[in-house]
Amino acid sequence: MAGKTLYDKLWDAHMVRDNGDGTALLYIDRHLVHEVTSPQAFEGLRLAGRKPWRVGANLATPDHNVPTTDRAEGIVDPVSRLQVETLDANCEAFGITEFKMNDLRQGIVHVIGPEEGATLPGMTVVCGDSHTSTHGAFGALAFGIGTSEVEHVLATQCLVQNKSRAMLVSVNGQVPAGVTAKDIVLAIIGHIGTAGGTGYAIEFGGDAIRALSMEGRMTLCNMAIEAGARAGMVAVDEKTIEYVNGRPYAPKAKIWEQAVANWQTLHSDADAKFDKVIHLDASSLKPQVTWGTSPEMVISVDGRVPDPATEHDEVKREGMKAALNYMDLQPNTPMVEIKPDVVFIGSCTNSRIEDLREAARVAKGRKVADSIKQALVVPGSGLVKQQAEQEGLDKIFIDAGFEWREPGCSMCLAMNADRLQAGERCASTSNRNFEGRQGQGGRTHLVSPAMAAAAAVTGHFIDVRKLG
Amino acid sequence: MEKFETLTGIVMPLDRPNVDTDAIIPKQFLKSIKRSGFGPNLFDAWRYLDQGEPGMDNSVRPLNPDFLLNQPRYQAAQVLLARENFGCGSSREHAPWALLDYGFRVIIAPSFADIFYNNCFKNGILPIVVDAGQVDQLFKQVETEEGYQLTIDLAAQTITKPDSEVIQFAIDEFRKHRLLNGLDDIGLTLQHVDDIQAYEKKRQQEAPWLFRNV
Ligand code: SF4
Repeated sequence: MAGKTLYDKLWDAHMVRDNGDGTALLYIDRHLVHEVTSPQAFEGLRLAGRKPWRVGANLATPDHNVPTTDRAEGIVDPVSRLQVETLDANCEAFGITEFKMNDLRQGIVHVIGPEEGATLPGMTVVCGDSHTSTHGAFGALAFGIGTSEVEHVLATQCLVQNKSRAMLVSVNGQVPAGVTAKDIVLAIIGHIGTAGGTGYAIEFGGDAIRALSMEGRMTLCNMAIEAGARAGMVAVDEKTIEYVNGRPYAPKAKIWEQAVANWQTLHSDADAKFDKVIHLDASSLKPQVTWGTSPEMVISVDGRVPDPATEHDEVKREGMKAALNYMDLQPNTPMVEIKPDVVFIGSCTNSRIEDLREAARVAKGRKVADSIKQALVVPGSGLVKQQAEQEGLDKIFIDAGFEWREPGCSMCLAMNADRLQAGERCASTSNRNFEGRQGQGGRTHLVSPAMAAAAAVTGHFIDVRKLG
Repeated sequence: MEKFETLTGIVMPLDRPNVDTDAIIPKQFLKSIKRSGFGPNLFDAWRYLDQGEPGMDNSVRPLNPDFLLNQPRYQAAQVLLARENFGCGSSREHAPWALLDYGFRVIIAPSFADIFYNNCFKNGILPIVVDAGQVDQLFKQVETEEGYQLTIDLAAQTITKPDSEVIQFAIDEFRKHRLLNGLDDIGLTLQHVDDIQAYEKKRQQEAPWLFRNV
């Protein structure tokens, strides 16, 4: 018999029962909750007279609607305020731990889970948010769910699931300096397409992935969903264990030893069979920039905007034309000639301390170009913000002309006050460049934090390595 | 979830294909924190002459007299007769919430969008697929006969017309069982409480670190 994939191991360890109809009842270890997708789930619980099955498995924080400027006045927009207040009230009523808006530990759910050690290797982690795949970086099975499922997890600590097929994306070779996890994952999506992972759980492997830091692996898994896969994951290694050690909710003492012994088995067996395997050579990768309205519309920064005329597939050609039209770009324009109006460094993809250090290194001693209307740095959590301030990164950004903000989702999806005006072009470290994502009529180019900072200080996209 | 056994109700015809979730409940209403209260905004853009916004007093808004739902003969309809690909678009559950809140328990159409079809069952609505020819006939009969009612019997899988003609329909056994007994997914999972508790007990011994409360 062939060995097991990491996905098989996680699946098997969480199977409460096989329903015999192709579905299984899976046990959920950790449920992260935020204000947007939870209110109707709590209402459902209440209407049915149910209680959370295991209150201590849930951790909540508001992130999508919180303002990133001075919070002393609370939330101005009444609809946003009501969502956040409803979360507060529900957590209070059901006894769920919540890091409220003014708690130092508040932040984007996918940043705070790992930061607190609430996300652990070998767990099943779910949240009413598609970027829950982020937590797979810890050798966990993590995926996003809908509102009915949020209620289902609250009430039963389980979910009814169909098993996905297993895909291995193997990235090997020395990653060139200046090329980051974000560039790797954008290149993978460019290669397999936004539907390439549909129906699969993706494991990222290979020496280029093992060489990534934990934060890099989170960036990678975060965008598995943009390749169509509900879950992305990376095997546990020494880096994983070291990252978890000492975090507030991480196990201690004897249980820690026991946990580590278990975690060391969380990798695919050497003879495991995957349903699909993709290979990518990291040594030839360059910094990536998206040019269109889907994350698969991506190219190296030294490339040019593609020409739909050279695309044979009619559906794709029309898609490209529509994207270029929305993005207001001409075919064959060198990417380095494209000039953003706004720069956004943040989101659950790239708002951790390493991301901010990377961007600060580029910003240091330089000035945001005059042509840039706004350059925002939004840390992923209050603790990331605090650490960055201890390291003096805030000063570097502020001196260069960036705005230093309070933690939250911010301009990633423009549910709070941070948004693009129609027609504005943004160099963004977030994960979705869909039409209107960052504000109606706004145009998004996805890049790494260093590339975003480089665009801010030069006023156009540029290979960050050329800045020295 | 409310169970569904039989129902005899007024039929409201909605004669357009590809009715999407945005038409069922426009997106400005999705920021709500409730799953109830969407009924007055069901088909909002077709039903009213002004632009609907959350928080408006819907009882004083100008009604579109051409939209059939506003005609007296279709008041209190519980069965929606629709065309192909009903419910396409977003996966959010506001669309079935709005239909249910208005009072629809059955939707009859030649085809449904996949996710919407599933979401109906999660919320106690019975979507019935009936072939296009028969749907056509139903549209004609509803139009000509005021007060037209259909009787739907889920256990027998039948739709009975006023003239006693019977249409047989197909439904997945598992879904039928759930709806007949008013079992939502949660109710079903809770039938396995023992399994869940046994799993937790065993797991807690093997992997105690997973059970630390946050
Ligand atoms: S940062 Fe963006 S992608 Fe991440 S959870 Fe917030 S809105 Fe979603």
